[in-house]
Amino acid sequence: MNPVPVIELSGVCTFFGSQAVHRDLDLRVEAGQIVGLLGGSGSGKTTLLREMLGLLRPSAGSVRLFGVALDDPDALVQRAVRRRLGMLFQHGALFSALSVFDNIAFPLRELRCLDEDWIRRLVHLKLAMVELEVAHGKLMPAELSGGMVKRVALARALALEPELLLLDEPTAGLDPDRSQNFVELVGSLQQALGLTVLMVTHDLNTLAGLATHVAVLADQHIIAYGPKAEVMTVDHPFVTGFFGADRRKLL
Amino acid sequence: MNSIPSLRVEPGRIVLAGSWTLAAMLPHLPELQGGLARPAGADEAWDLSGLTRLDSAAAVLLWRAWGNAWPARLAIGELHRQVLERAAALPRDMSAPAVRRFHLFEFFGLLLLKAGHNLRGIIAIFGQLLLDLGLLARRPADFPWKEFAANVYKSGAQALVVTALVGFLIGVTISYLSALQLKGFGADLFIVNILGIAIIRELGPVLVAVLVAGRSGSAMTAQIGVMRVTEEIDALSTMGISRSIRVVLPKILGLTVAMPLLVLWTSGVALLGGMLAALLQLDLSLNYFLENLPRAVPVSNLLIGLGKGLVFGFVVALLACHFGLRVKPNTESLSANTTSAVVTAITMVILVDAIFAIFTRQIGVPQL
Repeated sequence: MNPVPVIELSGVCTFFGSQAVHRDLDLRVEAGQIVGLLGGSGSGKTTLLREMLGLLRPSAGSVRLFGVALDDPDALVQRAVRRRLGMLFQHGALFSALSVFDNIAFPLRELRCLDEDWIRRLVHLKLAMVELEVAHGKLMPAELSGGMVKRVALARALALEPELLLLDEPTAGLDPDRSQNFVELVGSLQQALGLTVLMVTHDLNTLAGLATHVAVLADQHIIAYGPKAEVMTVDHPFVTGFFGADRRKLL
Repeated sequence: MNSIPSLRVEPGRIVLAGSWTLAAMLPHLPELQGGLARPAGADEAWDLSGLTRLDSAAAVLLWRAWGNAWPARLAIGELHRQVLERAAALPRDMSAPAVRRFHLFEFFGLLLLKAGHNLRGIIAIFGQLLLDLGLLARRPADFPWKEFAANVYKSGAQALVVTALVGFLIGVTISYLSALQLKGFGADLFIVNILGIAIIRELGPVLVAVLVAGRSGSAMTAQIGVMRVTEEIDALSTMGISRSIRVVLPKILGLTVAMPLLVLWTSGVALLGGMLAALLQLDLSLNYFLENLPRAVPVSNLLIGLGKGLVFGFVVALLACHFGLRVKPNTESLSANTTSAVVTAITMVILVDAIFAIFTRQIGVPQL
């Protein structure tokens, strides 16, 4: 097994103006874990996610993915790291000028190594994975429903067969049935490919069905991190408030 | 875990090992594809039991190499078989969508239809504007004064510097070039006529219209377009606020009011530039220039210039709003419509200018 953690945050501090979002935050995600990142609204979960993606640079501290620091000056190293992760944005962030098919094909075409037939089959495979039909490939993002946008975005995030999948509110806006399917889908992919998943979510069912580990972000740092059952017993106002009466159900 | 994907051909069987994932395969793609493309005997066994990882990209690659069918003898782990089964479940026929051929007739037909659509949209906006004005005449309290003032400020006051700079330089250029010619004929004094008529009647309004179309017209289209993309326009109408009264009307009226003022300002600055150049080039005193200007250029020219400014402002804003409302919620449409707005506005300005020139040909030309 690879001993290098997939995600390693150490001493991350983030300030927006004079307002501190994170203070001295540490997090270590090992390969194969499915980590649910919890936190109240405005606690800086999405900010943390953006820092992991390198979209935002923390005011202090370091972010390492697969053992590579995200401020590595070598552009090729940077690109190689980015290709090993897939990100599902909260609102999909589909390219609005491209059809669904082209959206999913885009990262594959960017590799400039695959032939068109291979890409076409892969795109259709990804579409099937997220339970979309071939005919949906011709639609433009503006013509999709909210849930479909999410599934297309997931298909695009999976296009490059990433080792690390970052999900921002993956099941928000899906009906319970679809969200259950989604949980099963990510679960089976995780098993088949040994994916590492980090997701920001508020949905207890998603968390219960998918996560192996839970990290709780409150008071500007990770107040609890560990296996699901362990974290739920932590005595902190946010944790008790969040799980509340559902604590039984999750276990 | 990160072992290199490999393909080994043994007598009677083909052994795949390592991690067959997209990322791992990329550096070795040519060799792997070459190995798979080798015509394999039908009775050859495939041994995939040594694979550490198999992702769907690799599964598709294998499935293609097998000619879309399971090989007769296959040794594979259960987990990897599932991945292959997913690739196998794809429909066989994966032909590319047909590329549309280019037809000249169709092309021009579509162009004509599009022009018709645009014309209809513009007439609709114009009609809506009249209806809104009728409504506002009955209820003057509803007039969006704040937005109107903001638009006059944005497209008028903030454009003063750039229009002055361009106007000044054009004035200097024309004066300088004409002075060279006029000197040759000994007709120095006609510089006043040339500059006066050219700038006040023609160049001032057209110059400002082109600048404003690029500056404020594109801004209006982009703003309305983004409001459509982000559904702000829809949010307005759900609050019972008319988008045409709150968004379109202040823009059109604002620019229609601001434009004649800009024309006046730019023509003035351009004349100043021309005067200075004439002073340096022909030793024509500023006093002489100013005294003779009213004689050389009847005041009707100024009125024509201002009238043109009014119409140009209206045309530019109307087109900008029309194209802004046509934006579909995607980035491509936003850029295409902004381009159309500016190009159409400038073309229309020149066209309207030509019409003005024809209908005012009897007016304001001094009799010598």
